[in-house]
Amino acid sequence: MKLITAIIQPDKLDEVREALIRAEITRITVSRCSGHGRRQDEELYRGQVHIPNLQNKVRLDIAVNDAFVDVTIDTILAAARHGAGQIGDGKIFITHLEECIRIRTGERGGGAI
Amino acid sequence: MNDAAPTIDAGITAWMLTSTALVLLMVPGLAMFYGGLVRTKNVLGTMMHAFAAMAIIGVLWVVCGYGMSFGPNALGGWIGWDSSLVLLARLDTDAPMQGYRIPEYVYAMFQGKFAIITPALIAGAFAERVNFRGYCVFIALWGILIYNPLCHWVWAPDGFLFTLGAIDFAGGTVVHISAGVSALVCALYLGGRKGYPNTAMRPNNLVMTMMGAGLLWVGWFGFNAGSSVNSNIDTARALTVTQVAAAGGALAWMLIEALHHRKATSLGLCSGILAGLVVITPAAGVVNVAGALVLSMLASLVCYLAVLLKSKLGYDDSLDVFGIHGVAAMLGAIGLAFFLRAPTVADFVAKDPGWTLWKQLGVQSASVAIAAGYAALASIILLVLVDKLIGFRLDTTREMAGMDHALHGESGYGLLSLD
Repeated sequence: MKLITAIIQPDKLDEVREALIRAEITRITVSRCSGHGRRQDEELYRGQVHIPNLQNKVRLDIAVNDAFVDVTIDTILAAARHGAGQIGDGKIFITHLEECIRIRTGERGGGAI
Repeated sequence: MNDAAPTIDAGITAWMLTSTALVLLMVPGLAMFYGGLVRTKNVLGTMMHAFAAMAIIGVLWVVCGYGMSFGPNALGGWIGWDSSLVLLARLDTDAPMQGYRIPEYVYAMFQGKFAIITPALIAGAFAERVNFRGYCVFIALWGILIYNPLCHWVWAPDGFLFTLGAIDFAGGTVVHISAGVSALVCALYLGGRKGYPNTAMRPNNLVMTMMGAGLLWVGWFGFNAGSSVNSNIDTARALTVTQVAAAGGALAWMLIEALHHRKATSLGLCSGILAGLVVITPAAGVVNVAGALVLSMLASLVCYLAVLLKSKLGYDDSLDVFGIHGVAAMLGAIGLAFFLRAPTVADFVAKDPGWTLWKQLGVQSASVAIAAGYAALASIILLVLVDKLIGFRLDTTREMAGMDHALHGESGYGLLSLD
């Protein structure tokens, strides 16, 4: 089992979510988060441009069985890219997932995902 | 409407000043009502639509709007015009306004608030997907070419619908039908939001929507009772039926939802308030309390069905401008004929012995059809013009990023919610 964590731009959330559903990855957790990478975003305050210290991002956490890792990654890559070659489309992190437990039944392992 | 009176009446003037302020309060009220209904990423862009109308129409009204609306007939009665009304130059005088007992400045400002809120109403139909620049040009042209002529036809003493005997006490035709029909045309022309109707587009803040609906209710006392341009029994009646209609509409919508879904929603109650207020707007001078109650409850029922029908038909009138404002205003403008109070009927018969209910019904229907037809036709022309020349519909990237960030470089809230 792997935990796939994707940090993407907020405007791509709908596209990524819909693409994942089409790829039959339907169990996801989404949160709004902020951070900084290389991308710089501008906002305005009374006529002055300022660069927020932290950029708004969306974080997806998807726990998958090993067979679904590649399809999940490919789907996110295809849907989250803006395609203009600009920086800031985000990152995907993959970590080994020790255990997964469904609270309702107490069942453990790949079947609980 | 009273006869020409030589002096300014302090009581009437004070009430009209109050009404003027109350009607302006409806615009931020509308901004809050609409602002709460859209997704988080569009809250500022949506509220900007209402506030931009205060800025744009607020200036245009004194430059040419008041003259076009309330000057004597020009261009064959299509508009009014009087060059001494440019920048309201003629109004700086001690004499009261012709036929009223207030300084004409007050009347011009009172009417100006109606001109502001009308284009702001339309914005609900194309919420979350238009270019701010295109919107600004659209409402400026809409005000000049659609609102001002309609206002002249219905409310100027020599306007052709006014002389025909059409009853529009506080702007059912001029404000709500014109805005509602234009809204429908805009929604059809611009197309739905990306993802509509498959993606759920949830309101970001119904608390703000409820506060906005509350402000609209309060402001509507100025809208309707102020439209008597007096401080007498007509004013009192208009205020009373406004109160009754808002409550009746809200109660009816609550009951309908409770029966249909076993749950009364906050948005439903607010929609009922609006349906009731809109339906009574043309009728506030000519119906009594019973008529207001029946009309308002009927309005909630018809609007409820209209909103359901919209979902069936699949067009994206995002915040139901046509479904509530357009539909309720048509119901009010035509339906009022059946609820005319006896003294009003006696008054009509005294003026015209040949008066019948059916004749009035014909006049009402004709004025609705003319207003709706004109607003629809002129809106299509404006839409094509603005869309081709400046661009009205947002491109997909900016629509997905949200208007707040893409168009205004700001964000409405902190890290509160996801969409």
